[in-house]
Amino acid sequence: MDKPLTQNIKPDLSAVTLDDYRRTGGYEGWAKALKDMAPMDVIEAVKDAGLRGRGGAGFPTGVKWSLVPQGESAGQKYVVVNADEMEPGTFKDRLLMEADPHQLIEGVAIAAYAVQADTAYIFLRGEYHLSARRLEQALAEARSAGYLGKNILGSGFDLEIHLHTSAGRYICGEETALLNSLEGKRAIPRAKPPYPQTSGLWGRPTVVNNVETLCNVPHIIRNGVDWYRGLGRGEDAGTKLFGVSGRVKKPGLWELPMGTPVRVLIEECAGGMRDGYTLRGFLPGGGSTDFLLPEHLDLPMDFGAMMKAGSRLGTGTMVVLDDRTCPVRMVLNLERFFAQESCGWCTPCRDGLPWVVELLEGLVAGRGRPEDLDLLEQLARLMGPGNTFCALAPGAAAPLQSALKYFRPDFERYLKPASSARVA
Amino acid sequence: MNEARILSEQETAEILAAADHYPDKSAASVEALKIVQKYRGWVSDDALKSVAGLLKMSPDELDGVATFYNLIFRKPVGENVILCCDSVSCWMLGADRIRERLSERLGIGLGETTADGRYTLLPIVCLGACDRAPVLMVGEELYEDVDESKIDELLKRYGEAWTNR
Ligand SMILES: Cc1cc2nc3c(=O)[nH]c(=O)nc-3n(C[C@H](O)[C@H](O)[C@H](O)COP(=O)(O)O)c2cc1C
Ligand code: SF4
Ligand code: FES
Repeated sequence: MDKPLTQNIKPDLSAVTLDDYRRTGGYEGWAKALKDMAPMDVIEAVKDAGLRGRGGAGFPTGVKWSLVPQGESAGQKYVVVNADEMEPGTFKDRLLMEADPHQLIEGVAIAAYAVQADTAYIFLRGEYHLSARRLEQALAEARSAGYLGKNILGSGFDLEIHLHTSAGRYICGEETALLNSLEGKRAIPRAKPPYPQTSGLWGRPTVVNNVETLCNVPHIIRNGVDWYRGLGRGEDAGTKLFGVSGRVKKPGLWELPMGTPVRVLIEECAGGMRDGYTLRGFLPGGGSTDFLLPEHLDLPMDFGAMMKAGSRLGTGTMVVLDDRTCPVRMVLNLERFFAQESCGWCTPCRDGLPWVVELLEGLVAGRGRPEDLDLLEQLARLMGPGNTFCALAPGAAAPLQSALKYFRPDFERYLKPASSARVA
Repeated sequence: MNEARILSEQETAEILAAADHYPDKSAASVEALKIVQKYRGWVSDDALKSVAGLLKMSPDELDGVATFYNLIFRKPVGENVILCCDSVSCWMLGADRIRERLSERLGIGLGETTADGRYTLLPIVCLGACDRAPVLMVGEELYEDVDESKIDELLKRYGEAWTNR
């Protein structure tokens, strides 16, 4: 089975050097794009390959690139890498940056050529110190080997990639908040439209892509569209990093074909639940996705299938809920995170989230009232899609509304007198 | 106070090098504050004013940026900042117990600094190592699968804090 994203990664997770990377065809995609392909050909290839964004929303990458204005009059453009990975339960981009930084750099370079941007920024979360060191090292190697800089490989194309390290706020991962942050402002999301593809960084056309998304690109260009489409097992193309955390035997991260059933990930890769624990549910793609149940284990890990089941593939890193962890307290932990990380711009999020936290705290402390559960449901609806400036609030609503749906008796148990101590 | 008033040559050079990556200097504001923090541990009012001058921003504007981000310290912190992940996977695997043990050993709560200035304990959101929960970060180093023995190891490495208990 082909595992393009992790094929070079060493067992000790030390960084793949430029020589290692070139040995398995590294930078061949970059050379091929520059020498044999027009920018439009690259965009078409990525579109035809069916690559969808790995940052959580699954937007088709080639389509995103095709929305950037082309031609002489388009002026300054940018590519920005979203490396702000901070969604609770998500740990995939860190591996890609630490262990194979050249793969990301090649992906950024090809994306920049496709949209004809001469400057790119990698927006990295501040706590990823090791990623920062390894990316700087790899960027220096790529510059001295002539893969970045002026007139790259004699093509006449110029590109510089800068690393920007942030300082810790989840909202910076939202792509328009990220652009504000990169400009040195407070990270508040922008109104959309206009979308970054037409008006992004300093008002210029900008492509924002997730780390893992861009890591796919060199392989598509080098090995071709048909090969890439053939990697998927279901409706989506390619492979993806999937992870499991929680009380499984072997928590970790694996590269699997898109469309692999959830069961393979949880039961085979992660070895199933630890002895003495049973599976009650799981968040399929990080803290901002809806809970699914053991009955969903045979679903393929595709964007559409997860959506149809009432959740999202999100980041593809799952958090497992076992039978000895209280789902109400788990949701409280998540909502505290979202309340703390809200940027405070819109009312349902700024006021709704602290209220949700207060109600849940009251409930687990034995002070809950029966009407609180309805109130929680209403608040989850209020924070839902369409009512807020960005997707943080709908993301916060997801685990809450699904827990109320699937684990209602756990909430109700806290309403009975003197029972709150039972489920510690 | 004196050394805080003017940035060192090294700091100034690093900040200007970072600013060079952008068409607009103020884009380097977070990185500039982090450079100052690297050398001084935190960002004092005087240091903030100097950075603002360098980046052609008003001190208020820069302070608005500084206070928005969790990892910019506007108050002094200990030599070693311990970040305790309190997000979902770590919470599930006993992060509370780890934090309580650390609090006991150091004699401080979250947000506090030991009397000898050696440690500051802070909460942090998911550190992207959820498969190795619970995790901590000390300085730039990640500690995974943290248990009692990892806490011992950590305190041995950075030194036992002086506590007056
Ligand atoms: C609150 C919030 C946080 C986000 N954090 C991230 C993140 O850390 N990394 C990421 O790639 N996308 C994140 N996203 C999604 C981005 O807004 C955007 O959709 C993504 O970077 C697009 O890249 P892709 O098309 O390659 O997936 C976040 C979205 C929201 C609403
Ligand atoms: S939904 Fe929340 S985080 Fe997003 S813009 Fe509104 S207040 Fe800010
Ligand atoms: S939840 Fe602690 S590292 Fe992700």
